[in-house]
Amino acid sequence: MRTTGWLPARIAAVRPTTSHARVLTLDVAGWPGNDPGQHLDIRLTAEDGYQAERSYSIASSGPGERVELAVDTVPDGEVSPYLVQAAEVGDMLEVKGPLGAYFVWHETDTDPVQLIAGGSGIVPLLAMARAHDRSASTAPFRLLYSVRTPGDALYRDEILGLSQRSLDLTWAYTREAPEGWAEPVGRLTADRVAAATWPPSQRPLTFICGPTRFVEAAADAMVAAGHDPARVRTERFGG
Amino acid sequence: MAQFTRGFGSRRRDADPDLPPGQYLTTDFPVLSAGPTPRIPLTEWSFSIRTETGETARWSWDEFTALPSEEVSTDIHCVTRWSKLGTSWRGVALDTLFEDVETSFDFVMAHSYGGYTTNVPLEDLLDGKAWVAYEFDGEPLDPEHGGPARLLVPHLYFWKSAKWVRGLVMQQHDDPGFWEQNGYHLRGDPWLEERYW
Repeated sequence: MRTTGWLPARIAAVRPTTSHARVLTLDVAGWPGNDPGQHLDIRLTAEDGYQAERSYSIASSGPGERVELAVDTVPDGEVSPYLVQAAEVGDMLEVKGPLGAYFVWHETDTDPVQLIAGGSGIVPLLAMARAHDRSASTAPFRLLYSVRTPGDALYRDEILGLSQRSLDLTWAYTREAPEGWAEPVGRLTADRVAAATWPPSQRPLTFICGPTRFVEAAADAMVAAGHDPARVRTERFGG
Repeated sequence: MAQFTRGFGSRRRDADPDLPPGQYLTTDFPVLSAGPTPRIPLTEWSFSIRTETGETARWSWDEFTALPSEEVSTDIHCVTRWSKLGTSWRGVALDTLFEDVETSFDFVMAHSYGGYTTNVPLEDLLDGKAWVAYEFDGEPLDPEHGGPARLLVPHLYFWKSAKWVRGLVMQQHDDPGFWEQNGYHLRGDPWLEERYW
């Protein structure tokens, strides 16, 4: 179910989740609900009519007219700096969606799920982990979340909470780890990916989201470990 | 009537008449694909066109790259809203590939290594409108961008320009391919903003 045109959306809440990313809650009258992992388009219109449109992953799912996004600042960006730094509660924008029927998880699917996130690529994967947590699904979920430093993890506290209940969590740090961290710090290697993910014998459905280089490396590592490429779904940030 | 967004517009980009509606300019080359990047050895690569009679024209890599090729300079437009202007390619025109193909069907399903598919009307592939490209910027096409060879249909959104293309199958009806089954428009003209169902 989806709508066809642009819907007015009111910013209902904003909160920082890192020093450079923010969670935005939108009230969208007529929003038809969405599956975990889907995205939407945002349109901003300046007072002189100038417009810009971008796609963002949705952090929330299910029925209702509240939609949650998390937006990371793209340096030199046009839309994300506005959403992260300038937008306030009560401001209006427009959305279209939900969009995408492929990079989604359905709670009726009982196969193990492997989530692999790089940076703000966590957003659609968090939607899946949240949906899984509140459902009766018995599908085992694992998340490998790679960030530059502990402070760069979006939704860090919530993810830690999920890891107490329904999510097997592995952090990977590429620049700086917490004190006393025993694992290596640096870009993910194929061996580390293999060690932190379901083995191919479990036949997981894998969702990978993040910057292109990260997604390429993680997807290559899963294929090299013996996973069926058809069971590895990817979503990459565009430009 | 669009909804005004308070305070937005300070970092606006220059309007460019070459940009279709809703697109923005990028100078790097983003990678978008639904799964891992297939890597196909050239010795195993082939490209084929199959018609309704089952007749199949097939080219090995050596045969394919021996065909007359063209340099193509063109703008490309991704449905995720980035556009890249003045890109340079080398490839074989679909006109060349279809020279000896007899078909009464009007539609094509492009098939890729890795399982991707996308549907295109035949008339969007002929008359100098499309190529199977194997070079970008004078270099062999990178696997991330669809190498060894990809379809190049620059007047449609770039998901139609199937990466890792391995063959075309003629079809009677415009049956949807991969993204067309997963939310995207059946044809995908960027100037008409044919993005979604």
